[in-house]
Amino acid sequence: MFYRENGQFKSTYREDQQILGIRQDRWFIFGLIAFALLVVPYWGSDYMFRAILIPFLIVSLAAIGLNLLVGYCGQISLGHAAFMAIGAYAAYNIVVHFPGLNFIVVLVLAGLVSALVGILFGLPSLQIKGLYLGVATLAAQFFVDWVFARVKWFTNYSSSGGVSTAPVEMFGWTIDTPMEKYVFILVVVMVFTLMAKNLVRGHIGRSWMAMRDMDVAAEVIGIRPMYAKLTAFAVSAFYAGVAGAMWGFLHLGSWEPAAFSINFSLNLLFMIIIGGMGSILGSFIGAAFIVLLPLALSQALPLLNNLGLKVDTAMASHLEFMIFGALIVFFLIVEPLGIARLWAVAKEKLRLWPFPH
Amino acid sequence: MRPRNIGDVILDVKNISLSFGGVKALQNISFDVKEHEVRAIIGPNGAGKSSMLNCINGVYHPQEGEIVYQGEVRRDMDTHHAAESGIGRTFQNLALFKGMSVLDNIMTGRNLKMKTGILAQALHLGPARAEELREREFVEHVIDFLEIQAYRKTPVGRMPYGLQKRVDLGRALAAQPKVLLLDEPMAGMNMEEKQDMCRFVLDINDEFGTTIVLIEHDMGVVMDISDRVVVLDYGRKIGDGTPEVVRNDPEVIKAYLGVGH
Repeated sequence: MFYRENGQFKSTYREDQQILGIRQDRWFIFGLIAFALLVVPYWGSDYMFRAILIPFLIVSLAAIGLNLLVGYCGQISLGHAAFMAIGAYAAYNIVVHFPGLNFIVVLVLAGLVSALVGILFGLPSLQIKGLYLGVATLAAQFFVDWVFARVKWFTNYSSSGGVSTAPVEMFGWTIDTPMEKYVFILVVVMVFTLMAKNLVRGHIGRSWMAMRDMDVAAEVIGIRPMYAKLTAFAVSAFYAGVAGAMWGFLHLGSWEPAAFSINFSLNLLFMIIIGGMGSILGSFIGAAFIVLLPLALSQALPLLNNLGLKVDTAMASHLEFMIFGALIVFFLIVEPLGIARLWAVAKEKLRLWPFPH
Repeated sequence: MRPRNIGDVILDVKNISLSFGGVKALQNISFDVKEHEVRAIIGPNGAGKSSMLNCINGVYHPQEGEIVYQGEVRRDMDTHHAAESGIGRTFQNLALFKGMSVLDNIMTGRNLKMKTGILAQALHLGPARAEELREREFVEHVIDFLEIQAYRKTPVGRMPYGLQKRVDLGRALAAQPKVLLLDEPMAGMNMEEKQDMCRFVLDINDEFGTTIVLIEHDMGVVMDISDRVVVLDYGRKIGDGTPEVVRNDPEVIKAYLGVGH
């Protein structure tokens, strides 16, 4: 009843093209941003930042990257954590060789390195499609895993094979408390989300979606498949690289190659399937789902035990897999466009409610 | 009779042969298309009509022959170059971008004219924004022309078939083609929809001077709107000329009606 656009007339194309077209949406999003930036930092606990918000935000960023490639451009990638690994190790090496460099610069450079490798592994997409491309990207995953485990130069010849980082510093500000990390990551993710939104509503985004929906028709109207696919791979890998660098430096602090394994890649894919292919919002929903579900299950465990059901921790972790599996099957069959699509339908209904038309 | 203002030959197809393995889709086909005319290609199913269009805009590469377009001689060109040099195309089986709205579909047809870089778009900088608005305005003219204003934001998959055909036409028009290849624009339509579509095709021809190459099965439509007709059968050309000439050609009648034994 309150979610209406009555009286909101758009008289210019610019107004019609804005990201949040409905006033209520704008209020909601600005309110959410104000809450996340002004209230959460004072109110949240360290546990909340470390275990929930920081992983959620970083993983959301990686999921947005993957969604640009899979959901918008229709090119599957089964090895997206590899690009996160590249971003993380690139950032590590940049910091080792150029200490004192502003972390924002480090992030951008790490993203660019990842984007270059993304273009390289995107090349097969010019010839092969679907499942075969999936296998080719899987090769990227294993190749990258192998390189970082075996080639010592990338880990600066550390004896354990793992790397560890010093606290991040920029403009004389040392980011070391979880709260500061959260604020920094939040700002980065907001900026990148806005850029992703701009890309998908611009002509580059339309050429990605055209490749996804009908590649022959796209070619005939003059879209170069090579340009469309490789830019999608590059941008997607850039996002993953930035997310990977933040995952390494701000979330893990020290890590081994196994941190960016195939499991991580598949989790990213699950996020966009459950959250919504071809939706930026869906990337956040999916990430929240995957990050929160294990925590929710571990919280629910004592409750189930109180009810007399014997569920041990091993069972709980199995439950997690079962629920993910069931959800993925459910969404692939019932709603391939994920929770974001359900949300969009609900919003459409809400605009009319309580009237039928 | 509409006033006709037919110019020189804009597209000249010379001795085109195309085969897929052992299947000869086109054998030694030659015909020309003059500027501003409506040229129809007819023929029974499997005659090679769509293959012919696919050769012209570079989807297929013929093994023999050459195509002269605006004085430029070539055997085959890539689709991008064809689009860039003003050859537009619609499809027999709808080939719309299903996940996108009507507006976005037609905007995509305008992509060739949009040049801002990826970073400018990501940051939505002045030039990118200005370009988006400028092209949007053009696309709105196309939407007005095709009378689909009410469907602007509708996902194309949800639209009725006849309107989807219109969107397909709009997507091709957005690129302001010089030559428009229409592959069965009226297939599967009822009488009223066909009349609408004919009107659009003729309006495009009259108002924008666009040269039209049209594949169509409905003989009434073909005879009414086309200036000249090419008839294909089993990959060979069996007739060429004005609708009256073609209609009375014994070979064409044979191909269409069969011959008594």
